[in-house]
Amino acid sequence: MIDFGFQKAKSSTVNLDNVDMRLYYALAEKEPDIKRCMECGSCTAACTSGPFNGMSLRQVIHGLQRGTDVRQMVSGCMLCGKCSMVCPRGINTRHLLLTISRIYTK
Amino acid sequence: MIADRIANGFSPFVIPFLLGMAFVIGYCIVGMVRIFLQLPGEDRKKFLVSLITPATIWKNVRDLFLDCLFHVKLWKRKALLGYMHSSIAFGWFMLIVLGHIEVALFLPHRLKTFYYPIFFNYFVAEEGRTLKGSVFFFLMDFFLLVVLSGIILAMIKRIRSRWFGMRRTTKLTAVDTIGLYSLWLIFPLRLLAEGFTAHISGGSFLTMPVNWVVQHVFSSPGFFDNNLHMLPTWWAYSIDLAVFMCVLPFSRYMHIPAEMMLIPLRNAGLKIRNARKGFAKAEVYSCPSCGVCIDACPMTVKKANVNYSTVYLNRQIRRGNEEKIEEIADKCLMCGKCSTVCQIGVQGPELRVAQRAVRKYAVPGDFSSVNTVPLTLSAGQGTGNVAYFAGCMTALTPGISRGVESLLKKSGVDYKFLDRDGGLCCGRPMLLAGRLKEANQIMAKNREIILSSGCDTLLVSCPICYKVFKENYDLEAAGVKVVHHSVYFESLASSGKLRIEHDLLNLVFHDPCELGRGSGIYEQPRNLLALAGNLVGAAQEKQMSICCGGSLGSLTLNFQQREDLTRNALKNLCADVPDIIVTACPLCRSTLRRYADRPVLDIAEVVDRFAVTGGLERSA
Repeated sequence: MIDFGFQKAKSSTVNLDNVDMRLYYALAEKEPDIKRCMECGSCTAACTSGPFNGMSLRQVIHGLQRGTDVRQMVSGCMLCGKCSMVCPRGINTRHLLLTISRIYTK
Repeated sequence: MIADRIANGFSPFVIPFLLGMAFVIGYCIVGMVRIFLQLPGEDRKKFLVSLITPATIWKNVRDLFLDCLFHVKLWKRKALLGYMHSSIAFGWFMLIVLGHIEVALFLPHRLKTFYYPIFFNYFVAEEGRTLKGSVFFFLMDFFLLVVLSGIILAMIKRIRSRWFGMRRTTKLTAVDTIGLYSLWLIFPLRLLAEGFTAHISGGSFLTMPVNWVVQHVFSSPGFFDNNLHMLPTWWAYSIDLAVFMCVLPFSRYMHIPAEMMLIPLRNAGLKIRNARKGFAKAEVYSCPSCGVCIDACPMTVKKANVNYSTVYLNRQIRRGNEEKIEEIADKCLMCGKCSTVCQIGVQGPELRVAQRAVRKYAVPGDFSSVNTVPLTLSAGQGTGNVAYFAGCMTALTPGISRGVESLLKKSGVDYKFLDRDGGLCCGRPMLLAGRLKEANQIMAKNREIILSSGCDTLLVSCPICYKVFKENYDLEAAGVKVVHHSVYFESLASSGKLRIEHDLLNLVFHDPCELGRGSGIYEQPRNLLALAGNLVGAAQEKQMSICCGGSLGSLTLNFQQREDLTRNALKNLCADVPDIIVTACPLCRSTLRRYADRPVLDIAEVVDRFAVTGGLERSA
């Protein structure tokens, strides 16, 4: 192959048919609030832990919708509750995080 | 003279009473031993030592009289409510005590029988009038009248609870209802039974007229020649006592014996370590279901939330209804108002935290990756003995830290700002969620940062941080004094380092739960505000202040449900039409501001507006 000095970008397509959403659906049943999230990122902007360990509730919710493992990020939450103070959708984010911590089987 | 009327001193009607009494005493002894065994070894030792310490013995005796018999806390709340409870408790107690004294004085050889003091009038005959006898008969009738008046008030309270200062009362369970009616019946039956025998045993102003009435009602010739006819009333009295004692352990009346156990445990300084065992169990069983906590709970502005008050938590814990217990434990705001009004001191928030701590989380919190080095480094820089920790919540309301910094500069204090560029959470929200291990991790990291600053005063803006720094960080031992900014600026103002100009604005102070009920700071913020403006009152304030509704204590209350609580808190604060609502907590400030129709400011912001630079320098 001729080297043009650049490459084609890797596809960023997400095939939702192949995503394992079971955890997200199980969560949505317990916390219907999560469906109201519009991923504006206010929670992440306000987060106390974020600057120290990369915690981001927006990424957690996004990860659950894409079937990725979010356990490590969730474990960094300090439950300070600032995310629920700033959420424009009025989601009880603290309880959402506690439920996510409980929903994994092990 | 008073003498035995029945030669062998026995009648079969005492059997129900004896059985009931044996059951209750057996049940209580087993319960007490179980609670004692459930205490951790360290607490057990503490408890036993307290039982032989003179100071605690005196405190126990005093509390037993003031709390169990006189219900002092209820008297302070509402005299009629206090009278209702104490008349029944103290009156009944006196009837039992006087009964024993009577037996000891007149028939000392019968003291070993259990039932003589209770059924004294049945077993004796008055052979000659004596002053001593009359005095005792008078006293017995007097205290019976006291109890009866209390029972009549209790009946009225069922229909008109507002006359007793209670908007809502507890819903009774079926067993409670049986207990209630059998308790109400005990004393009229006693009056009737004693009325039937008063012409033989003697009586006073209450029993004698009853005797006269029954003699006339049952006036068949020779009716009273035969003493057997008085037996039905004595049987009824004894059976009713037995019914009451048999339902006692399963009803709210369990508080009568349980409180006698709770008071020494409490005075020994024990804390709740397990939501279901030991001290917590003593508290739960001591709950008389009086329902005072229902009106106190800020969540009950919505009718649906009545079921989440502490009285129902106690009931569900006794029933072992796990689903309901979890629900109630998670909903609470942890404002602590129920503990403040509770006459026996059930610690609602502590019970709930212990309950939350039982829960297992599949994903544990892990803060080992949190790098505190930059924070400790910046904390170590600069001079200044005062370290200012604004708290993470203050980051959402930067006006507070601006106000504090400005005031510190005005009063010439050399300080360093520990979390100007963000800091860790204090760990109390985690603690309130019952995740103690995670909270300890956060607290250890924060403690390291605070100590590396080398300060001797830690100035805090957030009452949530203040409480946890004071109680869980053990900073005083390391030579660091924790002080909330409202207290700090008050001391600066009173020592003249900060001069504040008075304005004519009307200010109302909202007590944050963690600062007021949580840490007992009520006066200093008010003194400080009185310098800046005209302090007006709220409808309910200080110990009775209403939570703003934003509390991190509640896990499950959602945004919409909190709105009603906030609006109710605002209504309470605006009773005297203030110009500005002042608080001392970033969380209260954000929450109240959401629905307020007038400015909501922190005390530092308000004072900063009126503070004049360098009071001392100016005068010098």
